[in-house]
Amino acid sequence: MRGLLCENDRAAGHNRRHFDLHQTLAINLMSSPGAGKTALLEASIEALSATFRIAVIVGDLETDNDARRIRAKGVPVVQITTGSACHLDAAMVHDAWHQLRNEPVDLLFIENVGNLVCPASFALGQHADVILLSVPEGDDKPAKYPVMFRCADLMLITKIDLLPYLADFVPERAQRYMNEIGNPAPTLATSSRDGTGMDEWFGWLRRLHAAQGHPAEVAT
Amino acid sequence: MHELSISRALLDQLAGLVRQHNATGVSAITLCIGPLSGIEPALLRAAYMQSRKQTVAEHADLIILPAAVRVLCQECAAVSEATPARLTCAACACSRTRLLSGDEMLLESVDLEFGA
Repeated sequence: MRGLLCENDRAAGHNRRHFDLHQTLAINLMSSPGAGKTALLEASIEALSATFRIAVIVGDLETDNDARRIRAKGVPVVQITTGSACHLDAAMVHDAWHQLRNEPVDLLFIENVGNLVCPASFALGQHADVILLSVPEGDDKPAKYPVMFRCADLMLITKIDLLPYLADFVPERAQRYMNEIGNPAPTLATSSRDGTGMDEWFGWLRRLHAAQGHPAEVAT
Repeated sequence: MHELSISRALLDQLAGLVRQHNATGVSAITLCIGPLSGIEPALLRAAYMQSRKQTVAEHADLIILPAAVRVLCQECAAVSEATPARLTCAACACSRTRLLSGDEMLLESVDLEFGA
């Protein structure tokens, strides 16, 4: 018996060895389209680029809008335009990584394609999976997309500044749905716009970097 | 529609097996796909039917076996049946469970053809 994606898993293992060799912490950011991955990256780069050498790999079906926004923050960006493909795979990340290799990287963000279904099946070599759930999406997404949310090492509830307008969203309920799919991952409520929870997110990243990419050892 | 990517990965594996064993083709493939694998069996079948043309598996039967979702409770050690959206322990309702099965995405067996 072998896994259907054993070739991708092999490539992901190869990426992981590259990242470890270069002491690069690789974070896979996943969410539905519009949950705020790019805004989170912009705020994170602003806050962390004095401490960490940051680079970003961005997956997008069309347009380089996200890549341009991130590049404007002054960090190296490689865009993977996936065309009709709904996810990144390890080989794409490998190629993108080699385009970045001229400069050392402490923190590599991989902004996956906005999609709550497909990216879950493809390992990339990342040290941690971070999933964003924005307040306007509703708090039951972990129950609706268990395959995706089950693999998260951290859930960021984003756009928490919208909570006063969207009373249907109950952060504790989102956490409960996570528990019901057997995922003990911590949750942080954040807003890239007003800064809520961002220090906790940066702290998580710093501790994960210090723990050399072992999310199980990092509490919030 | 990542099932197309998975179907291509499957066909690549089959081509490798045929080469490795000096076979002439594939007559049957058995997969095991769990509900937490992220693969829809019907979509995978459709993708496979589309992408297998002019490959070693052009005429192969595709059998997809389901897998039950089962969890092991880390608190009370009970093994229970679960559903994809509810992986808590059926005995004590705790959420500290480990998945025993349900996320399979496996190539279980391949029947190779030999001869002209």
